[in-house]
Amino acid sequence: MPLLAIAALAAGTYAFRLAGPVFRNRLHIPARLQHLLSAATAVLLAALVATAALTEGHGFAGWARPAGVLVAGALAIRRAPFPVVVVAAAATTALLRLTGIP
Amino acid sequence: MFIILDMRSLWRTLDHGALRDVALVCLADAIVGASFGAVTVSGGLALWVPIAMSVLVFAGGAQFAAAGVLLAGGSPAAAVLAGLILNTRLLPYGFTVADAVGGRWWTRLLGTHLIVDESVAFTLRQHEPQRRRAIFWACGLALFACWNAAVVLGAAAGTVMRNTDGLGLDAVFPAVLLALVLPALADRGTRRAALLGVVIAVAATPFLPAGLPVLLALAGLVLAGRPAVTPADTTRALEVR
Repeated sequence: MPLLAIAALAAGTYAFRLAGPVFRNRLHIPARLQHLLSAATAVLLAALVATAALTEGHGFAGWARPAGVLVAGALAIRRAPFPVVVVAAAATTALLRLTGIP
Repeated sequence: MFIILDMRSLWRTLDHGALRDVALVCLADAIVGASFGAVTVSGGLALWVPIAMSVLVFAGGAQFAAAGVLLAGGSPAAAVLAGLILNTRLLPYGFTVADAVGGRWWTRLLGTHLIVDESVAFTLRQHEPQRRRAIFWACGLALFACWNAAVVLGAAAGTVMRNTDGLGLDAVFPAVLLALVLPALADRGTRRAALLGVVIAVAATPFLPAGLPVLLALAGLVLAGRPAVTPADTTRALEVR
């Protein structure tokens, strides 16, 4: 990743953060826009989860990785602590690969 | 220097329970940060890339998203776009915690960089102005230190590990994002849009260049129709970590 891309991501991110502290008294974000932004974030995250869990390049990633992600999701729904969710995902995938499942 | 003196008085306004919670969150993020460093470097990115991203961008979800697009073979532009769309949520965050960030222009510029899911979530729990400031800065600074240290360590480990598949680290990235997105999916309209987006992205992956399918998922928003406004969503999404 070229430095320019990192700089662009960093600058844009900083701009999003800065708007509130600078304009807090002068600007109001409509509730509808705020909801649309959070919905767009959720859609993007969900799509990232699915493609990162299921695909590798242009094909299927194998069963071990989605299985690990599924276990993590089940734990997250049950409000397990964040470190547990992370370790469980890696451990499940690693164990499945150890048994020969790709 | 002034910040340090200022912090000391702020520190006293925090109770042990709040500091313990901050420490726990730092530990969790350190694990994620170390995986980020290890996965990106063992995946083929240069050592300085995850480190520079962590210091300059300092937003875990966006870092994983951008790096994920790159590691899948996507273009830098698609990576930046994916990261930026994820970070639009920081816009409302900024308004929510603006009072805690600071009054002087340079504390505001510095504090602005510390606006992340965790520091905002902790600040939301406090109502007294002094305490809001204290917890925001304590959480923000502690996270910045832990996150970057962990990424450096993970990246260094990534240079040694040729193949992290056996450790299952490739499952960490989608697992982290899944834990982040789950609370927002409690809303029915958002869930429908997200499901449509998932189908679109996965179906498009065999045919489109990497990075594009994820962006195409945003069409799910349009197909799902106009969402009903429920302001509770934003706060719910903050309680993740």
